[in-house]
Amino acid sequence: MRVGSTFNVAFRALRRNKLRSALTALGIIIGVGAVIAMVGIGSGAKAQVEAQIASLGQNVIVISSGSTTSSGIRTGWGGAGTLKIEDAEAIRREVPSVTAVSEEVPSTAQIAAGNQNWFTRVMGESPDYFDIRQWLLAEGAPFTAQDVRSANKVCVIGQTTATQVFGNDDPVGQTLRIKNVPFIVSGVLTPKGLSIQGTDQDDVVVMPYTSAMKRVAGGTTLRNINVQVANATDLEPAQQQITSLLRQRHNIRAGRDDDFTVRNQQEIAEAATATADVMAGLLGAIAGVSLVVGGIGIMNIMLVSVTERTREIGTRMAVGAHGRDILTQFLIEAVSLSSVGGLLGIILGIVASKILSAIKHWPSLISPGSIVLAFLFSAAVGIFFGFYPARKAAALDPIEALRYE
Amino acid sequence: MPTFGGFAAPITIEQGTARSTLLVMNNGTVVKLMDVHKTYRTGEVEVPAVRGVSLEIKRGEFVALMGASGSGKSTLMNLLGCLDRPTRGQYLLDNTDVSHLNRDQLADIRNGKLGFVFQSFNLLPRTSARENVELPLLYGRHQLSNQQLRERADRVLASVGLQGREEHHPSQLSGGQQQRVAIARALINDPEVLLADEPTGNLDSRTSIEIMGIFQELNGRGITIVMVTHESDIAAYAQRNVVLRDGLVLNDFAVAERRNAVVEMERLTTSARDERE
Repeated sequence: MRVGSTFNVAFRALRRNKLRSALTALGIIIGVGAVIAMVGIGSGAKAQVEAQIASLGQNVIVISSGSTTSSGIRTGWGGAGTLKIEDAEAIRREVPSVTAVSEEVPSTAQIAAGNQNWFTRVMGESPDYFDIRQWLLAEGAPFTAQDVRSANKVCVIGQTTATQVFGNDDPVGQTLRIKNVPFIVSGVLTPKGLSIQGTDQDDVVVMPYTSAMKRVAGGTTLRNINVQVANATDLEPAQQQITSLLRQRHNIRAGRDDDFTVRNQQEIAEAATATADVMAGLLGAIAGVSLVVGGIGIMNIMLVSVTERTREIGTRMAVGAHGRDILTQFLIEAVSLSSVGGLLGIILGIVASKILSAIKHWPSLISPGSIVLAFLFSAAVGIFFGFYPARKAAALDPIEALRYE
Repeated sequence: MPTFGGFAAPITIEQGTARSTLLVMNNGTVVKLMDVHKTYRTGEVEVPAVRGVSLEIKRGEFVALMGASGSGKSTLMNLLGCLDRPTRGQYLLDNTDVSHLNRDQLADIRNGKLGFVFQSFNLLPRTSARENVELPLLYGRHQLSNQQLRERADRVLASVGLQGREEHHPSQLSGGQQQRVAIARALINDPEVLLADEPTGNLDSRTSIEIMGIFQELNGRGITIVMVTHESDIAAYAQRNVVLRDGLVLNDFAVAERRNAVVEMERLTTSARDERE
């Protein structure tokens, strides 16, 4: 019943000290503004990383060959050459959720065309590779399953390779010498930009993996098998099926380690976004500190205000205010300051992040969720830091308070 | 004819008739202290401030509590004002035992039955006279609209001669005017007893007479007033003086030659004129 008039009382008290109220709210405005802007920039960076991850393909599982030890020297992943072409075919045949499989034979080679030459990555893949990576061709056509079967000397090249070797000429149909073996360029890929690791994804030659084995890399084993499944929910079961299938095919007894590794794209993504998460977390934490400082500002002002208004509190009690009324009054004052500060801070934060991303070209992403959260948090700051001074005011003895000079 | 700064408007106290009927019914006693003690404890030492005071104040009385500092008059005032509870003894206010009420219950009693006037006015700074007067209503039992608050406050302000000063802040008012705002605040809830603690302590003699004039006027309309003062010429405006010493009632007598504020003011004005001539 008294709540309405307590609001009245609190607002009158705030109005009486306009400058002080504004300065106190400023602490929260800056705090919330910093949180909104920093979290916006942090999640913008994270979104950028996630977009790069997505460019690796959706719902992808990568199976890598295991390591081996020869004369005490361990080769690292892929060194053992444990993955066979037959393994890839078995996966294609026996794991039902698998929609695409690409056998991968990576290597590097010196390439040349006309009087230009260039050192680049040469990827042996199957035609499914372009689906898995969601990599379209800018012009020409990809190689076919027939090309894989016959180990034809055809290839598709990335934008960087095209520019470096062919300059402004149209590469499609031209001959590209890879380790002095002439290949026909059948198509040029669309640009994909830098990878998360910072390598130029467009600096590449993609050819049938059979051709890569025979003419570039040598050997008969696969370094990796890229697998795509239909849905994200299929990732886990498919991973298990692939593991047990390969263990069976490689005759690995129970209790022995796998001679291959199966990772899904989510794990790769998690590793990559972990950095972005840490960054976003740090930015948020630093901004959070300023919000806490703003809260302490409120507490400080409220404490000063309680001391300064001791006589007023005494007078209020003398004319019939309960301790509870005084407590609510001071709490409402604190929460009003912090939530008005919160609202203005949200506006400030949005403006600041827009300015920052315009000047520095940092992507920023402000979600409605973070706005609501920032507002609720600022209100909570008001309650938390307002409670102690409010309780102190409410506990005053009216006689002492009236006599206070 | 001297007036008290425009204090001519009749004071309209609501439920005035209802109160006079009550007066007959409850035998007229509004304050009854029975062997009241108050002992303060400072560390190990017990300091008795009031050591067994029995006092009865009838409705419509104007009583001055007198005594030197340390006589216990302030403590007694705090007890009468329900700001404090007696250590021993009983206090009946308006036939209700208030000696054992808790903090919140005492606050409600203060809000509904008592009005306070302080030596240093205790007005809220940077707050209009009207809002100062409204203050007790904000803590009252009845939730009033802003419009109702305003109307009641303005009416009481007018009754103490402050019509047209409703928007003034305390810093824009003279000491006497500030004390009148405080009196209006004390009156807004139609209290049973008006308690005044050295109401003229911060005022010059002329303004003191003005305030006493208001008190006599209010008393003339049936309002019970208990006033603490250490000045005997101020106490002479009351009907009855109670003198305290060492926490006990030393003397309790009716004022023989009661001063009249209107006459005193006239005398002051005349002597000022004489001096000038």
